[in-house]
Formats: sequence, structure tokens, C-alpha cells
Amino acid sequence: MIDFNLILPEIFISLTLMFLLIVGVFKKNSSSLIYNLTILSLLVLLALVLNLSHIEEAFIFNQSYKIDNLSNFMKILTLISAIFVMLTSSKYLKLIKIFKIEYPVLILSSILGMIVMISSNDLIVFYMGLELQSLALYVLASFNRDNLLSTESGLKYFVLSALSSGLLLYGCSLIYGFSGSTNFDEISLSISNVQYGLTFGIVFILVGLAFKISAVPFHMWAPDVYEGSPTSVTIFFAILPKIAALTVFIRFLYVPFINMIDQWQMIIIFLSIASMIFGAVAAIGQKNLKRLVAYSSIGHMGYVLAGLTTGTNEGIQSSIIYLSIYLVMNLALFSCIFMLRRNENYFENIDDLSGLSKNHPVLSFSMLIILFSLAGIPPLAGFFAKFYIFKAVIEQSMYFLAIVGLLSTVIAAFYYLRIIKIIYFDPEKEKYDTDHSIGLKLSLLLSTIFILIYFIYPNGINDLVSKINII
Amino acid sequence: MFEIGLGHYLILAAIIFAIGLAGVFLNRKNIIVILMSIELILLAVNINLVSFSIFINDLTGQIFTLFILTVAAAEAAIGLAIIVVYYRNSGTIRVEEIDQLKG
Repeated sequence: MIDFNLILPEIFISLTLMFLLIVGVFKKNSSSLIYNLTILSLLVLLALVLNLSHIEEAFIFNQSYKIDNLSNFMKILTLISAIFVMLTSSKYLKLIKIFKIEYPVLILSSILGMIVMISSNDLIVFYMGLELQSLALYVLASFNRDNLLSTESGLKYFVLSALSSGLLLYGCSLIYGFSGSTNFDEISLSISNVQYGLTFGIVFILVGLAFKISAVPFHMWAPDVYEGSPTSVTIFFAILPKIAALTVFIRFLYVPFINMIDQWQMIIIFLSIASMIFGAVAAIGQKNLKRLVAYSSIGHMGYVLAGLTTGTNEGIQSSIIYLSIYLVMNLALFSCIFMLRRNENYFENIDDLSGLSKNHPVLSFSMLIILFSLAGIPPLAGFFAKFYIFKAVIEQSMYFLAIVGLLSTVIAAFYYLRIIKIIYFDPEKEKYDTDHSIGLKLSLLLSTIFILIYFIYPNGINDLVSKINII
Repeated sequence: MFEIGLGHYLILAAIIFAIGLAGVFLNRKNIIVILMSIELILLAVNINLVSFSIFINDLTGQIFTLFILTVAAAEAAIGLAIIVVYYRNSGTIRVEEIDQLKG
């Protein structure tokens, strides 16, 4: 007997998105209504997921779908960030005239894909979730369809993402062939000795996953897509797909292939080191804020991966904490970018920040906090995120990785501090508009406060995360 | 009599996969060719899965193949739609002219 209560959130979200699509088609001028209903349904969904959060471990559909502490935490993280992303971007969508009914529906369907990915315990389920997420994201990237840059970024994302899905599938087929099953638990039972077919499969799947979280050397899409797509989609790209992809990284490496850690550890270390260094160096010469965020997110993904190289529960937990704090910092940074608006035009170059502190002291101060936190300066949240990662890495005596990480933090601090210098010491420009929506102000306020006071009570999140024991 | 075994199917799939990969990277002309190459990669995966499924006597692989076929169709539809939208804006779908975003 299948207990359908366990997948109530997924059933609810799929029914909602079909219902909203029908409403949008049959009711004229309903984009505002659909947008608000989407936020409401995300809140209901959050309640449904919280309702299941007491479950320690449960399987449904022949062990192919798993609900445990990891999936609950990641789903809650996904939904909260999705709600904030929706709250921040409504005014932007209206002003650049892409406030259409399809937008929230596409967001909902990609969230459904992410939630399926997060809970997957089987290669088929994982692949279906991944594709549902990516198909919606292709359309979202090119959503501003009369704009050349937006369509170009959608096209680039489509070609590279479809290619990486193909590589990932080839890996899935090899793993299926050499282990005889697609279920993660059964794969782990059937591995007795190292087979080269399985190693090839792991490599192909890691390539596909590294592409999804934009780790070097599979990062080439990220800067273009971040710059070209509408800012409301860029914030979505910078936050949500990373949660789902990191969860699959953890599940895939630590459930079926924990015994083959010698085979994949070096790959993850390479990905991590390359991303940290590249993210720090390549961001230095950038002029566009969104492009800069793309490079900085590549660097941050390097630190997240560093936690996964350890092969311990502490490493996984530190990665998850790092990701959560990274999400909050990115949300705050993008809220600031949304506030750079003058006469219905949005500005996204670093020069546009010049002398911001004279006219907008509060906005400049919160940006100062966010950028210090991204650079990892104590006592802000970003420092603790890096601290946990380095602690977990050093406990496993991987000193080289820790040293490279520290050095690239120092390099990366340069471009964050340069922005602060531009904000505070460069000649001032015209004043920006200040009539922002409540949602935007609220998300900037909450995320900045979180970054500021995380050090007072870090156990609020750390206790939740410490319940996640994979190995 | 010459017997066709699992290895032959795998080699066939690997060759098709390699042709698909080469098609994506070597092609400088037309974006439609890239779309075809991606389809080729997915077909190689399907051959792999079906032959594994026959030789280890397990139906999961064939079910996986059906899912992949469905997703490939959806992907091709979305890809073509994006190409049409791009063509309207830029008037070209030559790969080397898609270079507005860089840096």
C-alpha cells in the first residue's frame, strides 16, 4: 500500500500549476492574480512540507522516492528561497513588460522538478526531475523574447544544458548496465569490486551535475546566461538550481558510491580547486554586476564542493550550511541590484554604483554588509560558512585544499572591496528611485539582518543541519 | 557463425555517442545541426540501455528508454521554439554569429 501522504506536496504542486495555467488561459488579464496565487500556493506547499518534516526516513514507489532529513531540509530551503525570489521580482517583471501568466507557472514547474530531484533515490526519478527543472529554465532564460540578449542566453543555456544532460544520461546507462539496477540502494549493494564501467559512469554523471552547479571546467554558460537573462530569472538561476543539484551530488556520491571514494574524491577536489581559483581570478575585470555575481557564484560553488570532498558527515553538513548562507547573501545582493532603478530603467553596471552612499546611505550600508559577508570577513555569516568548510577539510588532513581555498578567498576579497570603494569614495551620480515594493524591502531587510546576527545564535541552523546524517 | 554480443552493441552506442559529441563541438555552421547531434547522443544512450536491459534480463532499462524518448521530444520542441525566437531577433542562426554576450 502506497502512503500518498508522503508525496502530498508534489501532488499539490502539480495540480496547482495545471489549475493556474487553465485559469490564466480562460481569464483575461489575470497575470497579477496568477502571480499572487503562486506565492500563496508556495506558502501552502511550505506548510505541507513542514507537516512531513518529522519523518526520519521513509520510502515510496519501490524505494525510488525517499523522504528523510536531507530532503526535508533542502525542500524547505528551496521553497523559502522561491517565495523570496517571487516577492522581490514582481515590480521588475511589470516594468520590463514580461509580467505574463506563463512566468509563475514556469517557475512552479521548475520548482516541482527540483523537489522531485531532491527526493529522488533512483536514476530514472532523478533524471525526470532534472529535465523538468531544465526544460522550464530554458524557457525562463529566454523569457524576454523580444530582447536579443535574453534569447541568446536562452539558446546558449539550452545547447549546453542539453549536451550535459546527454553526458549524464550516458553515465546513467553505464551505471545501470554494470550494476544491474537504477536504484541507489541496490546499486550500493551490488558493488563488490571496482569496475571500470562504473567509474566511467560516475565521471559522466559528475560532469552533468558539475554543469548544473556551474563548477569549473563546466562553467562557460554561467556568465553569459546570468548577464543576458532578465534579472528576475538571474536571481532564480543563482539560487534555486544549486540547492537541488547539491542534494543530488550528496545523495549520488554518498549513498551508492561511498565505497568507491578513491575513484571520485580526486575529481571533486579538482572541480573544487579549479572553481575557487577561477571564480576569484576571472571576476576581477568585470564591469557588469550580474556577470560578476556569476563568477562569484562559481567561486562559492568551489567552497561547497570542498566540503563534499571529505567523505564525512561533518563535511556534508558544512557544505549544506555554506549553501544556505550563500543563498541568503545572494538574495540580499540581488535585492540591492533590483533597487538600482531610475525612471523605469534598471541599471546593472558596477559604474552605476558610483557614489551611492551620498544619496542612499541605508542601501549602501546593507550592500557593505553583504559584500563583506561574501568576502568572508568576521563576524558576518559568510565568514562562518567558510570557517565550517575549512574546519571539516582540515580535520581530514587535506591541507592543500584548505590553503588553496584561503588564498582564493584573499584574491576574491579584492573585487568585493573594489565595489565598496566605488560605492563610498567615487563621485556621486543621480539619485535612484526609492518607491520599491514591500516584498523587495522586506527580503533585503530580512536577509541583511540574518547576515548580521547569524553569529549571535548560529545553532539555530546548525542544529537543524546536524540532524542530516547520510553515511 | 559470428555471434553479436553485448560488446558490439556497446561499441555501436559509443561510436554514435562520439559522433554526436563531435557534431556539437566541430560544427561551426548551423544551430540546427547541434540540435540533431544532441538527439544522436540521446539515441546512443537508448541503444546502450536497451542492450543492457536485454543482456541482464531486467526491464528497467527499457522503461528508462521510453522516458528518455519522451523527454527528447519535449527538449527538441523547446529547442526549436527558442531558435525561432532567436532568429526573429537577430536574423541569423549561424553558430559563429551568436556572440553578443561575452567577456
